[in-house]
Amino acid sequence: MITLDINGKTHELDIADDMPLLYALRNQVGLNGAKYGCGLGQCGACTVLVNDKPVFSCLTPCGALAGKSVRTVESLGSADQPGALQKAFIEEQAAQCGYCIAGMIVRAQALLEANPHPDDETIRRHMAPNLCRCGTHVRILAAIKSVIAQGGKV
Amino acid sequence: MKRKTIIDVVLAIGVVGLGFAFWMMWRPEIATVSQPLKADRETLDRGRRVVEAGDCAVCHTRPGGAYMAGGLPLVTPFGTLFTTNITPDPESGIGKWSLDAFERAMREGIARDGHFLYPAFPYVHYRKMSDADIADAYAYLMSVDPITYTAPQNHMVFPMNFRPLVSFWNLLFLHGDPLEPLPNQSAQWNRGRYLVEGAGHCSSCHSPLNLIGGEKSSERFNGGVVDGWTAPALRGMSEAQHPWNEAQLVAYLTGEVAEGHGAAAGPMLPVSLSIAQLPTEDAHAIAQYILDLKKTSSDAPSPPCTSGVKPSARALMGASLFDGACASCHGGAAPMRVIESRPALANTSAVMEDSPRNLIQTILQGIPMSSAASSHYMPAFAPSLDDTHVAALAEYLRNQSCANRPWTDLDKTIKSIRAQEQQP
Amino acid sequence: MKTSTQKVDLSRRAFMINGALVMGFALLPAIPRAFADTEVDTLGTEILAPDLPGSLRATPHLDAWIRIDAKDGITVYTGKVELGTGVKTALLQIAAERLEVPPALIRFLTADTALTPNEGYTAGSHTIVDSGTALFNAAAQVRQLLLESAARQWHLNVDSLTTRDAVIYDAQGRSMTYAQAVAGVQLHRFASANSPFKPASRFTLIGQSLPRLDIPAKVSGGAAYVQDMRLPDMLHARVIRPPRRGSQLLEIDEAALGKLPGEVKLIRNGSYLAVVATDEWLAVKAMREGYATARWTAGNPLPDSTHIHQLLTELPARRYPVSTKGDLPQPTPHAYKARVTKQYLMHGSIGPSCAVAWFKDGTLTVWTHSQGVYPLRAGIAEMVGLPVAQVRCIHAEGSGCYGHNGADDAAADAALIAMAIPGKPIRVQWMREQENLWEPYSSAMLAEVEAGLDDSGRLRDWTYELWSTPHNERIVNAGRLLPAWLLANPFTPAPSVPIAQPEGDGDRNAVPLYEIPNLKVDLNFVLTMPFRTSAMRSLGAHINIFAIESTVDELAARATVDPVQFRLNHLSDPRARAVVERVAAEFRWPQKATGPGSGVGFAFARYKNIMGYCAIAVQLHVQRQTGQVTIDRVVAAVDVGQIVSPDGLLNQIQGGIVQSASWTLYERILYDASGMHSFDWSGYPIMRFPDLPQQVEVHLIDQPDQPFLGAAEIVQGPMAAALGNAINDATGKRLLDLPLARRGWQEALES
Repeated sequence: MITLDINGKTHELDIADDMPLLYALRNQVGLNGAKYGCGLGQCGACTVLVNDKPVFSCLTPCGALAGKSVRTVESLGSADQPGALQKAFIEEQAAQCGYCIAGMIVRAQALLEANPHPDDETIRRHMAPNLCRCGTHVRILAAIKSVIAQGGKV
Repeated sequence: MKRKTIIDVVLAIGVVGLGFAFWMMWRPEIATVSQPLKADRETLDRGRRVVEAGDCAVCHTRPGGAYMAGGLPLVTPFGTLFTTNITPDPESGIGKWSLDAFERAMREGIARDGHFLYPAFPYVHYRKMSDADIADAYAYLMSVDPITYTAPQNHMVFPMNFRPLVSFWNLLFLHGDPLEPLPNQSAQWNRGRYLVEGAGHCSSCHSPLNLIGGEKSSERFNGGVVDGWTAPALRGMSEAQHPWNEAQLVAYLTGEVAEGHGAAAGPMLPVSLSIAQLPTEDAHAIAQYILDLKKTSSDAPSPPCTSGVKPSARALMGASLFDGACASCHGGAAPMRVIESRPALANTSAVMEDSPRNLIQTILQGIPMSSAASSHYMPAFAPSLDDTHVAALAEYLRNQSCANRPWTDLDKTIKSIRAQEQQP
Repeated sequence: MKTSTQKVDLSRRAFMINGALVMGFALLPAIPRAFADTEVDTLGTEILAPDLPGSLRATPHLDAWIRIDAKDGITVYTGKVELGTGVKTALLQIAAERLEVPPALIRFLTADTALTPNEGYTAGSHTIVDSGTALFNAAAQVRQLLLESAARQWHLNVDSLTTRDAVIYDAQGRSMTYAQAVAGVQLHRFASANSPFKPASRFTLIGQSLPRLDIPAKVSGGAAYVQDMRLPDMLHARVIRPPRRGSQLLEIDEAALGKLPGEVKLIRNGSYLAVVATDEWLAVKAMREGYATARWTAGNPLPDSTHIHQLLTELPARRYPVSTKGDLPQPTPHAYKARVTKQYLMHGSIGPSCAVAWFKDGTLTVWTHSQGVYPLRAGIAEMVGLPVAQVRCIHAEGSGCYGHNGADDAAADAALIAMAIPGKPIRVQWMREQENLWEPYSSAMLAEVEAGLDDSGRLRDWTYELWSTPHNERIVNAGRLLPAWLLANPFTPAPSVPIAQPEGDGDRNAVPLYEIPNLKVDLNFVLTMPFRTSAMRSLGAHINIFAIESTVDELAARATVDPVQFRLNHLSDPRARAVVERVAAEFRWPQKATGPGSGVGFAFARYKNIMGYCAIAVQLHVQRQTGQVTIDRVVAAVDVGQIVSPDGLLNQIQGGIVQSASWTLYERILYDASGMHSFDWSGYPIMRFPDLPQQVEVHLIDQPDQPFLGAAEIVQGPMAAALGNAINDATGKRLLDLPLARRGWQEALES
C-alpha cells in the first residue's frame, strides 16, 4: 500500500512502487488535470507540484513520494471559483485545444509562489519545459503577466 | 659585521626584492587601436575554426546572453569570477585591442591595459598555438557582432583578489613555446597533439590540480573534477576494460552517442558541440592523440567488472524506481534503444567509472534540449528524487555491470553534490 | 430564388421579396459545384438540395439542425467538431444570434453519427463557411416558422411579434414559449434558399467575443477530453506496433506477459498486436514487454533523406495541370529561377491519439477525436464487418490535431479490441513514440519556379512546378486505417485522389493571386509514398506561399520597387489591398531596428485564393556566428468576412503565427536508413517559450454582412514567407530550403 498526500488529502492506494504518479492521479484518484503528453519528461503536460517544486508526474514513481505533498491544478481552484492564475487564463482566453494548459498553470504557479515579480526572460526560461503545439504561448505569457501586474499573489 | 653594513645589505636586498616584485607584478599597457582591420573570408573561416577548437564561446557566452559578450560565472576554489566581453565593442569589449595586445593575452595572460588575467583563462595552453592561428582568431573575434555589456564584479577570496599575485603563479606554471610537429609522428597525430595541448586545453579539466590551481605536471590527463562532474582520465582509454576505439571517441567528441559508451553530458556537452563544428579530420586527430596517451601510473589496474552478484535491497528499490522513472527511455525495448542502438545504461562510461559522480550528476541535472537541433535530451530528476532514490538507482545500475566493485561512497557523493548546488 | 451559380462578386447581395429584405447568404462564388472535391466532403455525402447555402445542401431538413421540445428545450446540432479552434462556441453564437435566444438556453451537440448532420470533416477552414452558414440560415428560418406559428394561433400579423429568451410576445403581452409554438410547425421540412435578413448592425452575439464554453473546465481539471472518459469496468489497452511499415510479426512471447503482476490479455491478429489490462500502468508494462519480445521481419527500407526531393521527381506520379493563362511563358535568360524545398513535418499533437470503444448489444460505439466521424464510422464498419447502422462514432475532444493525425487509427484500434472483448469499454492510448512514428505526415515537397518581368517592371511570366505526395489520405475505406493493414486479412487503401482546385492539395495556393498575364502551374501528384502523408494545416499552401512570396520579393528587388508597393501594383482586389496596406501602416514599413543582423520581411496571401486574406510583416535579427534567430515583432492583418468571434479569430491567428514560425525555422522529421529518429520531442524539437516572438500584433478587418470566409489556416503560408524574406533582408542570403534555422544553418551565410 502506498500513501499519497494529494491536494491536502491522504490516499491509501493499492498500487506498485513503480507506478508513475500520473497514472495514480488519473486512474486511482480520478483527477484530470495532469495529462499524458509524452511520458518522457519532454512536454510538461503532466506537471504537478511535489513539495512546491514543479515535476514531471509521468516520471515520478509513487514509491518516491513518501512524506511529500503533491498538488495538482485542481488544488488551485475550480471552474466556478478559479484561483488567480486560472482566472487570468480564463480572462485572457489562454487556450486553444487546452491540453497543455493545466501543466502550464501549475508550472507558473511554482514560479509565482517562489518569486511574485519575475521579469520576462525569467518567465520564458521557467516555462520552457512545457510545450504548447497550438501556439498559445502569447496568451499564456499574457495571463501570467496579468497576475504579476495585480501583485503576483497566487 | 658592522650593524650599518647589515642594515645596508638588508636594505639592498629589500630594494632589489621590491624591484623584482615590481618587475614581476607590473606589465605595461599596450596602445589602443581605433578600428581593427577587416579580414577576408578565408581568414575569418580559419579564425572561426580556431575559436571553436578553443571553446571560447563556452566560457565567454552566458546562458541567454549574447555571443562572446561574457558574464558567465566561473566558480573556482579561490572565488567566483565572471568571464569578460570579448566582442569588438570598443568600450566594454576588446574592440580597441591590437593584435599585439590580443597575442599577449593569449600567450602571457596579460590584458591590454597591463592587468593580469586569472588562469581560469587557459593561456598556459593557448600560448602553444601558432602565430597564424592567434592572428586568425583575433580577426574572427573582431568580426563578431559588438555587444555593449560589462560582466559583474568578481568575488575573489583574499589574497587572490589582488591580481598581481598571479604573476607568481605564472612563474611556476607559465612555460612552453608554440608546439612544433614531432617528426616521428603522423600529420594527424601531430594535428591532434596541437589541438589537444593548445587550443583544446583538455588537460585543464582532465588533470588533477594542485593547491594553487595549477595542473600537476606528473599527473597530466589522469582526470579531474569540474563543476562537480568527473573529467575522466584520458590515459589508457584504448586498453580499458571497456575500451574506446576511434570511431566511438569521435562520435562522443562531436556530440553523438558513442556506441557502447554513451554521450557527452555536463560541462563536456558544450565542448563536444564546439568540436562538432570543426572539420571531421580535426575530431579524428584529437581522438587519435588521446587514444595514444599511455597510462603512466604503475598502480595495478582495478579488477575487471563482473555482474552476477545478488542486488541489495536498495538496488531492488532502484530497480523499481527505474521502471517508473527511467524505463520509458532507457528500457530495453524503448525506441531510443531499439531505433538508435543506444547502449544499456549499465554499459555507459558513467556507470563503469570508479566514481559515481557523473551518473549522479546526469540523473540530477539531465541534459538540455535544443529547439534548433535534435539532442539526446534527458530531464532533470533533482526536483523529484531524493538522495536515497538517486543512490538506489545508482546502486541498481552499478550492480548490473560492476557488481563486484560497488560504489562505497554513494551517499557521501550525492550529499556533497546537492550541497554544492545550493550554493549561490 | 436561386442562389447564384454564376460569377458573383463579394459585395452584399440582396433580394427584395414581399417587401422584406431577404438575403441569400451565398456559397463562396468559385466553388458552387466543387464541394465533392474538397477535403471536407466525404463518402456517402449526397447533395440533396444544391441551391441551399452551406451544409444545408447535403442536410436540408431543418430538424436535422434544430429541435425544440418541452423536455430538452432548444437543441442545436452540428456535424462539425471542436478541435481547439473555438468553433463550437462560434457556431453556438451563430445559432443563438439567429434564434435570438441567449446561448445558455441552447443545448449544443457536435458530431455524432446517431444524432447530427453529416458534414464530412472539420477541416480546410470550412467550419464556419459550411456549418456556420447552415446554422445562420436554419436558425433564422426556424425562428421565423415559430413566429408564424404563434401569429396563426393569435390571428395576428407576424410582424407585430417579438421574441426574448425563447419566448414569443405580442404587443398585448401575450406570450408563448418556443416549445409551445413548435407544436404548430413541421420542422421536418427542407430549408428554404432564403432566410430572413438581419443586418450586422443589429447583431448582439455574432461579432462579439463570447468566452469559450470549454475553457473553464480545461483550467481546473474538469473532464474535457476523450482521454478523460471513464466508463464502468473500462479496460486499458496499448498497441504494439511493428518496427516499420511492411514488417510482419514472426513471434511474440505470450508467456512473458503472464509474469506481470495482473491479468493481461493479448490481442493478436496477423501482425496486429495489442495488450489489455484493468490497470493502465499494467497495460503500459505489458506493452513494454511486448515490444521487447516481439520478433518481426525487416519491413520496407526507409528513403535516404539527403536525396528525398530528387526521389520525389523519380517516383511514379500523375501530372495535373493546375492553371494556365495567357501565352506559354517563354524561357528567358533573365528569368528568376528558384528551387524551393520542404521536409516532412509532423502534426505533433501534444496529446497522442486516444479512443474509447464499446461493443455492446450488437452496437459498436466509438468515442474519438477524429475530424470526421461519418467516414470513420464507414471505415470501421467495413473493417470489423458490421453494418454501418450498427456502428456509432461520437466526437469527443482530443488535443489539437492540425489535420489528419492518428485519431482515426486510434479509433480503429479501439474498435478492433472492443470487438475482441465484447461487453467491455476499451480505452486505447497511443504512446508519444507511436504518434510520432505512425501519424500521417505532411509531405516533403519540391517546387521549381521561374518568373520574369516585362520592361516596365511588372510580372509577366510565371512557371511553377510542384512535386508532392498526397495531402488527403482520409478514411474513404477501411484500407485507409493503419490498423487494418496489420490484420491477418489486411485491407488495401483506396487509390489516392488529389483535392481539386480551387481548394487544392499539394497545389493549394500554388496559383498566385497577383496579376500575371502568362502563367503555367503544374502539380506532380506522386503516388508512391515513402512515408504515409495526409492533410496538415494549410496543406501545400505553406510551401507554395513561401515560394511565391520569396519570388515576388526577388523580382521586386530587380524592378527596384519596394516589396510592399510591388505587391500592391499587382493586386486589384480591394480587400487584398486593404490587409497589405493595413500591415504596412501598422508596422511602419519598412522600419527596422538598428543593430547587427536586423531585417524585415513582408508577405501576403489569400487562402486558396477564395478564403481569408492575410498580410504579415516580420522584424527579426540574426546572430550570424551562432545562427540564432530572434523574432522581434510580428504584425498581421486578416480579413475573414463577417467575424463571428473576434477573440476566437485572434487566438487562431496568434497561434498560427507561432506554429508556422516553428515549422518554418526548425522543424523536420529526421530519418535515415537505420530508422526514423524523430520518435519523440528530442528528435523533433519545436518552438518553446524562449524562442517566442517578442511581440505579436494582429489587426482584424471585419466585414459585417459579408459571407464567412475560412480563418484557421490563413496564416501558415504568409508567416513562413515573411520569415524567409526577413532573413534575406537581415543576411543578404535567400534561403529556399525549409527549415531555415536549424543548428549550423549560419554556415550558409559564410559562402
